[in-house]
Amino acid sequence: MDWFDSWALTLATFLPLVGCAVVLLIPRAKEELIKQVTLLTTLLTLAVGVMILFQFDYDAADKLQFTVDKSWIDVISSRYHMGLDGISLPLLILTLGITLLCVVYSWDHFPEPHNPKAFLALMLVLETGMAGTFVAQDLILFFIFFELVLLPMYFMIGVWGGPNRDYASMKFFLFTLFGSALMLLSFLALFFLSEPHTFDIVKLTEMHGAGIAHGTQLLIFGGLFLGFAIKVPMFPFHTWLPDAHTEAPTVGSVILAAVLLKLGTYGFVRIALPILPEAAHSWAPYIGALAVIGIIYGALGCLAQKDMKRLIAFSSVAHMGFVMLGISTLTSFGINAAIFGMVAHGLITGMLFFIAGSVQERFHTREISRLGGLLLQAPKMGWILGFCCMASLGLPGLAGFWGEFPAVLSAYEPADGLNLGLFRFFMVVAAIGTVLAAGYLLWMLQRVAMGKVPEEWQDAHIHDVHMPEWIAWLPLLLLIVALGVFPGVVFNVTDDAVQVISKSFVAEGH
Amino acid sequence: MPAPYFDYTALAPEIILTVTIVAVLVADLLFEEREKYQTSTIAGIGCLVAMIPVLYLAGNGADRTMFGGAYTVDNYALAMKALFLLAGYITILLSTNYIEEGDYYQGEYYVLLLTAILGMTIMASARDLITIFVALETLSIPTYLLAGWRKHDARSNESSLKYYLMGVLSSAVMLYGMSIVYGLAGDTRLVEIAKYVSSGQGGQVFDVAIFFTLVGFAFKVSAVPFHFWAPDSYEGAPTPVTAFLSVASKTGGFVALLSLVYVGFFGRGDAWQPILWVLAAASMTVGNLIALRQTNLVRMLAYSSIAQGGFMLVPFAVANQGDGSARPEAFSATVVYLLIYAVMNLGAFAALIAIARKTRSAEIDTYSGLFNYAPALAVTMSLFLFSLAGIPPLGGWYAKLVVFKAVIDAGTAQAVILGVVAALNSVIALFYYARVAGMMWFKPTPAETSTARVPVALGAAIALPTILILAIGVYPNLFARLGELATKGL
Repeated sequence: MDWFDSWALTLATFLPLVGCAVVLLIPRAKEELIKQVTLLTTLLTLAVGVMILFQFDYDAADKLQFTVDKSWIDVISSRYHMGLDGISLPLLILTLGITLLCVVYSWDHFPEPHNPKAFLALMLVLETGMAGTFVAQDLILFFIFFELVLLPMYFMIGVWGGPNRDYASMKFFLFTLFGSALMLLSFLALFFLSEPHTFDIVKLTEMHGAGIAHGTQLLIFGGLFLGFAIKVPMFPFHTWLPDAHTEAPTVGSVILAAVLLKLGTYGFVRIALPILPEAAHSWAPYIGALAVIGIIYGALGCLAQKDMKRLIAFSSVAHMGFVMLGISTLTSFGINAAIFGMVAHGLITGMLFFIAGSVQERFHTREISRLGGLLLQAPKMGWILGFCCMASLGLPGLAGFWGEFPAVLSAYEPADGLNLGLFRFFMVVAAIGTVLAAGYLLWMLQRVAMGKVPEEWQDAHIHDVHMPEWIAWLPLLLLIVALGVFPGVVFNVTDDAVQVISKSFVAEGH
Repeated sequence: MPAPYFDYTALAPEIILTVTIVAVLVADLLFEEREKYQTSTIAGIGCLVAMIPVLYLAGNGADRTMFGGAYTVDNYALAMKALFLLAGYITILLSTNYIEEGDYYQGEYYVLLLTAILGMTIMASARDLITIFVALETLSIPTYLLAGWRKHDARSNESSLKYYLMGVLSSAVMLYGMSIVYGLAGDTRLVEIAKYVSSGQGGQVFDVAIFFTLVGFAFKVSAVPFHFWAPDSYEGAPTPVTAFLSVASKTGGFVALLSLVYVGFFGRGDAWQPILWVLAAASMTVGNLIALRQTNLVRMLAYSSIAQGGFMLVPFAVANQGDGSARPEAFSATVVYLLIYAVMNLGAFAALIAIARKTRSAEIDTYSGLFNYAPALAVTMSLFLFSLAGIPPLGGWYAKLVVFKAVIDAGTAQAVILGVVAALNSVIALFYYARVAGMMWFKPTPAETSTARVPVALGAAIALPTILILAIGVYPNLFARLGELATKGL
């Protein structure tokens, strides 16, 4: 299986692009064929992902595996360097899985103005960009994949989105580009300040920012911070998110929540922290502060929402706040929790957006005050919604718990040299945030699923969960339970790789 | 006095172009009115044939100099000549149907176009003040006429007149500067001027001379605040000519500026560096801000090309900063940017002309719903626009990257500030590029849509740049090598 070792990541990244090219060649009228090709492509890509799962050497999860390192742009010494370690693996699999489920979910209900050809072609480009970001080990290559997701998502929101799609898609695009422009400047600064000059993430990580003056490190970290924090999004850069989520078509929201937001947090874990540990140490209290502000702000925002999707979007801001809090502690405990939080949030919030989409499809509204009694009209969907709300509020035994609870706990004992009192204060605030989370989620559940059916829908015939929905949702639901019961599945994979990062902070404090 | 040495191989591209010009003139005399469209074929073939010696010379590799160093054929010159011939060829493809259907003079049009291309190929080799000036006029005078080609249209007349007056004014200013340079340095060859500069003589009078020369070129490349002629001229001129002006003649000006600054005046950084810093920052910012308000795509592209020109000026402004490693970096950054800009801007204009056959207008509002009834055109146009905005994986990202790289390499405070200005500007620019794309993709389809087909020549003029920007975007090494080779001439 030598060839697989060197080709696996290239296949996982570029198979969707090949599929996209095939889709583009098929005439628009042959919709069935287009859907089949797309499904086949995403299935094959996931098969590659599953192969990677089996071939991955779990005893060496801290090392990059399946590496490819070929020359690409010699002139600026940027290389086609890809690799996968314990941090990337869960996120890559999440990406490949979610995309497949999104294709299945869209099967019979493409949002207006229909056009499956363009929709699926964009989705495949999106998959390439997302998968590539998680395995790229060269800053320029990372940048390309990081940006590659912008165009398809822009068009997805803009063409298939809700009434305010023009504004939302433009806002999404401008915010992210603003961050990534400054991020690129930081990448270039890292290149010129490293000796010998390199864009290689592995080599830069080994250097730990040696030889870069502290002030310069802080500035460079600032550029990286902006790029990633906007993507996460952290308070106060989050304002694009509720708009984008609300206007995006269901599948767009799911991908946005499940994968796109993780590009930002992944950037922190893969690039910002390990390459500039010293600067990360100085920035950590501020990141922690913004994270807990995000937790509280997101929760309060949720309580004020009238729209289901907007509520879930604000809950994302709060959840990503937990993830960032975990990262800001700079401990292996916190970062492990953060990665688990990314996966859990991807599954749970992805599911919630699926349900919101299906609710909208049936009732043609997402306004919480107009809905009610979902458990009576579509009991299965109502129960699934209830289940996901429980998972999202961090009920022990489900996946959400393992993302949230350890992240809060990790703030009790942050890395050496960080202000203990401050982080313990963050811990208390975050704990209050979990209470608020229970509040807004149960409030939504109560108003949407329980009670009597409003007069408006008394005579409406509401379909319960149908086949494509079952196929798309069951894997997610099972995983939410499985990861809740056996969190070790993820923690064991990520831990070794995370230890490598957190070690540099142990040295830092003394 | 011995006869000057002619290297006919090195001059072959120019000679072939000259022969083609004569051939088109004769053909225009001989052909019947309905056969005259063939003049465009002859002109196109001439451009392609002229490419052969360029490729041969590039493969051969040796630098050739003539006329005491006034005329040099090195890698840089060859890369630029190849670009000019390619741009010329695409312009001819663009023009074929436009000029034929519009009832314009055909033969004369191609003669003037080819003459301008000839001027540009000479410019690429010019290393002497007089040669630069002659090349610049050979390139400019035909374009004054071409801008007024729609002679029954008042705006085309205005365009031509404005362009002419501004062109003459800038030439006068530039010549004034050059004459002082010659008076002080005692030589017109750039190499000799560089020697004079490094000897540290001249004082403030020389600074004034540099100032005037640069201002003259600032007019040519329409850098803010010497830009105000450009949008009117661009809008009034026939669209293929606008494409040519915004790409080819702008590039011509930049090529001259590159030779002058990097070869001739480099040692006098304190004189030219602040001027170019201001021009770069102002062009990017003002060009972008005004582009935001445009409702006509041609005018928008005109202002966007002013902003793009600002990006090309950024490396100039940091070339003498830092520890000296920035000089080759900055030089190749501008060269690479020029090459990529030319391809994507020509593509955008080609798509614009094709779309105008359907919408009968370049007003952005009329693009509504284009994606629904002409998906291929909408997609290619979007690709060009996002490439201009610098979104990966389209070619434009690499152009932006090398500019940022030059800036960070220089590393001084003023360089980094300019870099941040550039980064912010690339975000502003996205707004208006994306808005046009949004109009095509997100807005409703009009009740009546044209079924006009895209002619083959125009289709080729769109396909060629599309393939190029995708290739450059995914594997920039191809173009990047050109930029690096070009730097060897320094």
